[in-house]
Amino acid sequence: MLDKGETGQILLCHDCDLAQRWCALPARGCLCCRRCGAILWRASAMNLSARCALALAGLMAFVLACSMPIVALSRQGMQTVATLPATVLALWRQGQEPVALLVAATAMVIPALELLLLCYFLTALTFARIPPGFKLLLQCLPWLAPWGMSQVFLMGVLVALVKLARFADVTLGVGLWSYALLMLLMVLNASSLDARRLWNHYLAIVQR
Amino acid sequence: MEPLPRHRAALNGVRLGLLSCPVCGRACRAQPLSALRCPQCRARLHTRKPDSLNRCSAWLAAAFISYLPANLLPIMQTRTLFGNQSDTILSGAVYLWNSGSWPLAMVVFVASILVPLLKILGLAFLLLSVRWRWQWAPLQRTRLYRLLELVGPWSMLDIFVVGLLVSLVNLRNLATIYAEPGALAFAAVVVFTMLAARAFDPRLIWDSQDECLG
Repeated sequence: MLDKGETGQILLCHDCDLAQRWCALPARGCLCCRRCGAILWRASAMNLSARCALALAGLMAFVLACSMPIVALSRQGMQTVATLPATVLALWRQGQEPVALLVAATAMVIPALELLLLCYFLTALTFARIPPGFKLLLQCLPWLAPWGMSQVFLMGVLVALVKLARFADVTLGVGLWSYALLMLLMVLNASSLDARRLWNHYLAIVQR
Repeated sequence: MEPLPRHRAALNGVRLGLLSCPVCGRACRAQPLSALRCPQCRARLHTRKPDSLNRCSAWLAAAFISYLPANLLPIMQTRTLFGNQSDTILSGAVYLWNSGSWPLAMVVFVASILVPLLKILGLAFLLLSVRWRWQWAPLQRTRLYRLLELVGPWSMLDIFVVGLLVSLVNLRNLATIYAEPGALAFAAVVVFTMLAARAFDPRLIWDSQDECLG
């Protein structure tokens, strides 16, 4: 099992297919492929409970981010407020259905699915239970990961704010801060090795 | 990273008859069957991503076709009491530059105009280098692929900006912003380039080198 450093086991690099043997895992830093430098394993100081806590906090931040207003605009007495679902609806009403669906998927649905899956797995594993459907659902995680674009959305809000600031009075809402917090938590918690780490925790419970 | 001596053939998974599981990372023995599953986690196994070059070329062609309308058609229209103004991505970046926020103008320009173009050209270069079996600089080509995968999502920036502006600037008689067809073409470019990058298998870059060494 990888965490205990099963040295000598063969591993294939996912970027250049070179066969190498696992060496002792470092306490810090990462293991890279000898030929192409692909990161094969990254040492992490966080244990299972810490990751579980971060995932649950991220889920709460996400609920806030989607329900609370992100930005409010007011000019000459008229005021509009933007939440994430309202943004998707506004695009849909203007006839831009594919774009609305894409924004909904990348900014809301896929980060939500990722968080829900992570919370589900991590909560079950923290209590040393095997989550039902683990093997099937774990395969979804690497597939979902590249399509979650919370950081890009946050940057987009920033650009939109600058564009609007000259035109009207802009107020930042709770939704925006929640989204920033969510992004921070996801950056701390998520990594490209998520599926593999979860698998190691699963093996640790099964082999006990 | 120590470079491997050139005369020694590199042992890769194909030569050893091993497959790498994309989910749990275990090296599994290749069986002479078409549908292989990892013995540990039951994920589907492939020697290389199935039909990688063809799928990547197809997505890339679609992205290239969508690139011109994405940049030439306006992505949003601002209707005010004084008239209508249509903005393309480029004119949006120019507006930001002229209004003094040049860091954001650079971000929009790089993310929305340069990055999709570089992704299309970069992936086309990688595809051709694999098809023609180049052995030149495989490490740099792998790094290029990793960079293209990393920056891919950032082109969605302008779509999110348009979405927010459309939902916020809805002040009836004062000003209203409408999304235009250019937004759809631009979203298509982003999605197609991301799909093309996902379809490309970087191990193919190293295959021609490993085959030649015997």
